[in-house]
Amino acid sequence: MNDVENVKAIKGGEFLIRETTAESIFIPEEWNEEQLMIAETCNNFLAQHVTPNLNRIDAQEEGLMSHLMDEAGALGLLGISVPEEYGGFGKDFKTSMLVTEKLGAGNSFSVAFSAHSGIGTLPILYYGNDAQKQKYIPKLTSGEWKGAYCLTEPSSGSDANSGKARAKLTEDGKHYLITGQKMWITNAGFADVFTVFAKIDNDENLSAFIVEKDFEGITLNTEEHKMGIKGSSTRQVFFNDCKVPVENLLSERQNGFKIAVNILNIGRMKLGGGTVGASKEVISMAVKYANEREQFGRAISKYGAIRHKLAQQAILTYAAESAVYRASQNMEEATDMLIESGLDEIKAKLKGTEQFAIEAAIIKVHASEVLDYVVDEGVQIYGGMGYSAEAPMERAYRDSRINRIFEGTNEINRMLTVDMMLKRAMKGELDLMGPAQKVAGELMSIPDFSAGGDEGPFTKEKKYIANFKKAILMVAGAAVQKLMTQLAKEQEVLMNLADMLIELYVSESLQLRVEKLVGLRGEESCKEQLDMMRVYINDAAEKIARSGKEALNSFAEGDEKRMMMMGLKRYTKTDDLNTTQARRNIAAKLIAENKYCF
Amino acid sequence: MKILVCISQVPDTSTKVVLKDNNTAVESNGVTYIINPYDEWYGLIRAIELKESGVASEIDLVTVGKANTEPVIRKALALGGDKAIRIDADSNDPYLTAVYIADYAKSEHYDLILCGKESIDYNNGTVGSMLAELLDMDYIGFATEIKIEGNTAIVKREIEGGEETDSCNFPLVISCQKGVAEARIPNMRGIMAARTRPLNVVTPAAIEPVTSILSYELPPAKAGVKLVDPADMDQLVELLHSEAKVI
Repeated sequence: MNDVENVKAIKGGEFLIRETTAESIFIPEEWNEEQLMIAETCNNFLAQHVTPNLNRIDAQEEGLMSHLMDEAGALGLLGISVPEEYGGFGKDFKTSMLVTEKLGAGNSFSVAFSAHSGIGTLPILYYGNDAQKQKYIPKLTSGEWKGAYCLTEPSSGSDANSGKARAKLTEDGKHYLITGQKMWITNAGFADVFTVFAKIDNDENLSAFIVEKDFEGITLNTEEHKMGIKGSSTRQVFFNDCKVPVENLLSERQNGFKIAVNILNIGRMKLGGGTVGASKEVISMAVKYANEREQFGRAISKYGAIRHKLAQQAILTYAAESAVYRASQNMEEATDMLIESGLDEIKAKLKGTEQFAIEAAIIKVHASEVLDYVVDEGVQIYGGMGYSAEAPMERAYRDSRINRIFEGTNEINRMLTVDMMLKRAMKGELDLMGPAQKVAGELMSIPDFSAGGDEGPFTKEKKYIANFKKAILMVAGAAVQKLMTQLAKEQEVLMNLADMLIELYVSESLQLRVEKLVGLRGEESCKEQLDMMRVYINDAAEKIARSGKEALNSFAEGDEKRMMMMGLKRYTKTDDLNTTQARRNIAAKLIAENKYCF
Repeated sequence: MKILVCISQVPDTSTKVVLKDNNTAVESNGVTYIINPYDEWYGLIRAIELKESGVASEIDLVTVGKANTEPVIRKALALGGDKAIRIDADSNDPYLTAVYIADYAKSEHYDLILCGKESIDYNNGTVGSMLAELLDMDYIGFATEIKIEGNTAIVKREIEGGEETDSCNFPLVISCQKGVAEARIPNMRGIMAARTRPLNVVTPAAIEPVTSILSYELPPAKAGVKLVDPADMDQLVELLHSEAKVI
């Protein structure tokens, strides 16, 4: 295998044991003219149709959200990556991610949009047969029909396969009768098509059905009163012997759980993009406010405490964005390779997504927590006005919170991150053992203290990241060895390991992005990006050290623990960095541009 | 009916203007360019509406600019238009711009030429009228409504203190402003079609500019607003006297 093939063949989860080259990743600074035009269309759509109507949307004015979805459909935004034969535009995953990112700044609208074009449309697009796709996809793509997804039940949330909804075949064999209660159903109030998960008879696993709102036996509860995303329709949906034609069984019997999981993988990555879009918008609002608001005779953006916040918001957002598009590109490449190897397009997309499920979970957790930080500090920068419903920050703060809960809670996603990594290692798909043993061996040897000297702007950071990988392999390796099958139950350790993996993946994505960008534009025009990278990696080292320490303290002991603690210190050591000055530089750029500008 | 829409590339309205070369040029690095809103929202969209309603059969777009203006002209094509023409020249001079466009348009026999009432960078507002003169066409400026009835255009235009309704036969040049049409957002179909619609580059007419820009000046920074307590009229009088020097 030559180098190029080698780079292309990077598998999901391999970031822990392999190096990635900057040239091989996609960075958002590389959007082409057409993609930028699409992004502008999204921005204009929000500016003209959504932002001026946020109060009306949140008041759930009759028909408004549905109308906005129609408008989005008329612009083609509901079918970006739907194949052209079904009325879509056949664009790649990155482009649909770009649309999700831009519309992510649309508060409740973005939730309705994501639910419709993601979980509302994709199960049918990816698992439907030709007749099902022909019947439903063009109408979902145009917005004529709106989609929803019914998985969660009152007693089955994170444990999705434990749902009580049941389907039984009628005596004439022509229909399934579905009975059950589904809750937290986004878009329920105006949806025309529901993908409903239920077990047929006493099956072990779920099956999925395409249910139209006009089928007999569907009742909607009233709208839920929620903390945020108040404009998004969220209702319980009751199915009482709901009569579904047998041809509306999606995929095969008992394949529902697989459908649910795969669709969620895509949804998680998309959620990352959407929250990045929301973060950028919130930062722009915060910068503008800080530039306008004067206290003690000066704009508050002149004060260090505020500058720190603005810079940190931007650093985290830029880092999260780097990870989102790096993984999106990886998924696309994996899909392309599978298509080249003879798999049909839809199956290849599913498999490509599945391969990067670890990255999807990482991105979901990280980007949703970044947005929560960004809105929290956004409120703080707005001060009293931040707490007032008159100003936009209060809504942003409330609307952000759901992102850590839906598409799998961040806790479930953290556990999945580690669980998937270890399962792949056990199956022999990912060689963690070899590298972990190498690190264990290195612990006994004399430490390599060369931090890379000053050969280039990335030498140090690359060394740090290589060390982060060693730190994780060391702690994870020891956890597996010590706890063995108990590890799955030691959720605190799993959380620690997940946090370490998240910081590694995001640090590396950011470093690679800035390296590629410097290659394209030169160091002089990327000063702030270099500062963002340095500060992020500096902080990541501390987070990785803290999580590693907590994990080791929980299961290791004696000399072994002492040795690993020393190793952890060594692998998370970074040179002193004047983060205050670096953040000031970043903030200065934001303040001068009066918006998020990276 | 064959329509030509003039499209000008201008800096985004939020651009911070930075001068360079001893104030003889404007820094273009870091500037985001857009279609001049008067050309886009009013002229181009009205032309598209006329085609959609079957009145117009063909819409061409023309811009005067170097290769760096192509993203903007393709964005205009994403909204609509059958083909675009880029006259390969840099021009800040409205006479020069009008001559270039007229030179191209004279052999194309357009029935209607639409342009914005002005471009939001140099704000000369004279290309439309000069174009009409050069092509020997009639001209209606500052239109707020354009209706077509047979071979007649019924055009409402803003005049000092009121509104005037004109009727005029073709060929005709109209400069457009608010009211002529409603802004539209390019849709996916248009964006994808923009790549396939022809964008022809033509050589400009050989003509020397009649004006040149000697230097630019930024407007003085706006002074901050001072709020005076309504109960403190003495302070207001003092400020008006000593600072504003109006009393």
